Amino acid sequence: MILVNENTRLVVQGITGGEATFHTERCIEYGTEVVAGVTPGKGGIKWEGKIPVFNTVEKAVKETGANTSIIFVPAAFASDAIMEAADAGIKVIVCITEFIPALQEVKWHQYIRGKNCRIIGPNCPGIISPPAKCKVGIMPSYIFMPGNVGLISRSGTLSYEFTYQLTKQGIGQSTCVGLGGDPLPGSSFVDLLELFQADPETSAVTLIGEIGGTYEQDAAKFIKSTITKPVIAFVAGATAPPGRRMGHAGAIITGVASKASEKIKALETAGVTVVENPAEIGLAVKQALQAKKY
Amino acid sequence: MKIHEYQAKKLLAQYSVPVPKGDVARTPEEARKVAEKLGGQVVIKSQIHAGGRGNAGGIRKAKTTDEAEEIAKTLLGKKLITHQTGPEGLPVNAVLVEEIIKVERELYLSILLDTSAKLPLMIASEEGGMDIEEVAAKNPDKIVKEHINLVTGILPFQTRKLSYGMNLKLEQIRLAAGIMANIYNLFMEKDCSLVEINPLVVSTDGKLFALDAKVNIDDNALPYHEDISQLRDISQEEPLAVEASKIGVNYVKLNGNIGCMVNGAGLAMATMDFIKYEGGEPANFLDIGGGITQERVKNAFSILLSDANVKVVWVNIFGGIVRCDLVARGIIEAVKEKGMNIPPILLRMHGTNVEEAVQLVRESGVNIIFEPDFTQAVRKAVAIAKACEKEDL
Repeated sequence: MILVNENTRLVVQGITGGEATFHTERCIEYGTEVVAGVTPGKGGIKWEGKIPVFNTVEKAVKETGANTSIIFVPAAFASDAIMEAADAGIKVIVCITEFIPALQEVKWHQYIRGKNCRIIGPNCPGIISPPAKCKVGIMPSYIFMPGNVGLISRSGTLSYEFTYQLTKQGIGQSTCVGLGGDPLPGSSFVDLLELFQADPETSAVTLIGEIGGTYEQDAAKFIKSTITKPVIAFVAGATAPPGRRMGHAGAIITGVASKASEKIKALETAGVTVVENPAEIGLAVKQALQAKKY
Repeated sequence: MKIHEYQAKKLLAQYSVPVPKGDVARTPEEARKVAEKLGGQVVIKSQIHAGGRGNAGGIRKAKTTDEAEEIAKTLLGKKLITHQTGPEGLPVNAVLVEEIIKVERELYLSILLDTSAKLPLMIASEEGGMDIEEVAAKNPDKIVKEHINLVTGILPFQTRKLSYGMNLKLEQIRLAAGIMANIYNLFMEKDCSLVEINPLVVSTDGKLFALDAKVNIDDNALPYHEDISQLRDISQEEPLAVEASKIGVNYVKLNGNIGCMVNGAGLAMATMDFIKYEGGEPANFLDIGGGITQERVKNAFSILLSDANVKVVWVNIFGGIVRCDLVARGIIEAVKEKGMNIPPILLRMHGTNVEEAVQLVRESGVNIIFEPDFTQAVRKAVAIAKACEKEDL
């Protein structure tokens, strides 16, 4: 498992909002230890009569020992929320919020340099570690199953589709992470591949890329030099026309390198099994695991 | 969001970047008036949201005001087809009428967001007037790049490095440094995703001008810039995509005949890819997004059905946040409104409240084929689309 586990103590930033309330309940149901909420101006109340709400993340950390945060605040305030969590010493910060302007993201990227924290997202489904029954995100819990395959995806629903395929094949997951669809995600494939490589409970990694940027090429280079575990990949957007934003702010072909075909080529060169048929990810991972055993 | 060249140049002028004298015209008479003011000899540039205008005949020079009016008449109200517009072309509803600058050299200058370094990146080249990717491929050493730190902004030594990279003379470096600082400010203050001056020209009298300009704005930042949002020109966008954007749905029209409606961008792309993989052609990308309502599903579905090329519709939903029953209700409502004359609908659903959704579809009496298997669903869609094509022949 990586990033979240039995020791995760979660603070929910923006806990009193509608979506935050809905998903916080789902996280608690799944088994996550939610210790605090933060909503400026509402410090002192108890969310749903049970979780203490604070005015600042700093206070929440001090009072409850929170070490992980999930952010549901509106786009205009989300960058500030990320920096506040980083300042308060939160180690894993998951930002669900969509529609944050890219140049605001540049600011927090610059702010967190040198700070010991990891940002997942923004515009992502979050993190789930089924073996620890810990969910810091908005994914549908029932598709997950404890096991040894790690999953990293830029897209949310596509990661659900593929997780569902894995579970149907009887392949459980160690940790699944959604990097998010923004052009400047807090974490990259490389960051998480490094964690999965070091994680004794993960034996293979499923990587789900898409058009836009060059994160898959960076991943390919890193896999070639450092990763010894099998990696099975899919890259979405082979049929996407250039210059058009495909839903995600980051999913746009702006040049040759951002095309799916270039990413697939790079990954294959690095020894990654790239699946072309999106219905066969589960099967491909199964085969990779079997090949490894013998 | 894309904006027109004339709008980009107005923004540049606001930030003290020198641009040729000129003005936008929406009628031949207006074009004549602008040409008169500029002394008759002008260049007339079609305003569309695509490049390649020059080669497509969309940029022409006039020697007299009469000629300017004549050229404007031939350009305005027509569609211009360039290598970037696709075969349909884009409507020319405005032309930019500008003084003619006597050009000594064409350079390149731009600023964009480098997603790897997570910093703004300024790019300069002495090879202007052509696609910078082409220059990067053929002459990578003719390109100079500088990352800009947000705390310091662009530094004097960086402007010198970029200027020397463009082979500028000492007296022009001061001008170039000013332009660089100004486009950095424009980029940051207006939340641009790209400011590109191509070409930046040195005139025969040694001055610098932004001869052509492209400014793209980060869509996520539009709510914070009312002035910029007003620059949107929906005549340059696909009409169905405009309708979709009104209801907060992402829609991109493609050339195939299998309409798809999906939740989530990644799954929507994979759905298109899968159709192509199985030998079909997707008609569109449509991501209904996360926080949906029955109303939004219905409207999105209607948009999808209004594409006459669509022979079959494939709905592919993985409900997490999205409730399958809501999606089903929206589709049933849309189908009932449209009446009987609609293409076959294939439904694949998993996740939250899927049983209820299936039940609703059955009870509605609407003809929807439910196929939960990913591969079977795509194969059925492709088969139906191919059968319809044969019928059409």
